[in-house]
Amino acid sequence: MTGEEFFDLAIIISFSLIVLSFLLTIGRLIIGPTLPDRILSLDMLVTLAIGFIAIFTILTGYYAYLDMAIALGLVGFLATTAFARFVLYQASSPELLSDEAEDEKLSVSSGEKN
Amino acid sequence: MLTIITGVLLIIGAAFNLIAAIGLIRFPDVFTRMHAASKAGTLGSGLMLVAIAFHASDISVGSKAIAAVVFFLLTAPISAHLLARAAYVAGIEPWEGTVLDQLKGHYTDEEGHLSADDEEGDEDKTL
Repeated sequence: MTGEEFFDLAIIISFSLIVLSFLLTIGRLIIGPTLPDRILSLDMLVTLAIGFIAIFTILTGYYAYLDMAIALGLVGFLATTAFARFVLYQASSPELLSDEAEDEKLSVSSGEKN
Repeated sequence: MLTIITGVLLIIGAAFNLIAAIGLIRFPDVFTRMHAASKAGTLGSGLMLVAIAFHASDISVGSKAIAAVVFFLLTAPISAHLLARAAYVAGIEPWEGTVLDQLKGHYTDEEGHLSADDEEGDEDKTL
């Protein structure tokens, strides 16, 4: 087997492994069961997309896709951080997230002003 | 020779990603799943970016790929730690087979801050 043949085979194998990983991660995204599980699988999807972009960059030779992978990693990190803050916020004050409680609180605060 | 190194790195990286995905689907609770996804997943994608650096054999592309790897290695533990802490404070129960929970009783504050009460903490530190 020459180097080129091995390279083509490696591209095909790694693409199929990544696609299998995508399917398993989406399975965890669907079955959950909790919100942090789903956030974690979204984070894993971003990581898998970076790997997918890496294979695609090597396949086509357009190295500009590497910048896209870096930007995707940054966005994924910020998204996971924001989701984690959301879970923390939801845990510390669940009453703020329901509309009725918010209306009640608004009326209370306006009553205090009057 | 460089194409062979690139191919091997790609296959190893994709295999690590697949292992991470299998761990994500097989492990029993969110904390152990985080252990699989954030370590094996980051290593897999990092190896693939290193494969780009080998394939390009160009200093600008290679340095950018190495910088991306360093960036992912820096951010993955931070996001995993934040998510694990948020999940613990939110009351996600660890797996019933968990042997040791050293944080038990420390998150008594409703805001999710670590409690300053050290009476229980001293017992845990001796473990």
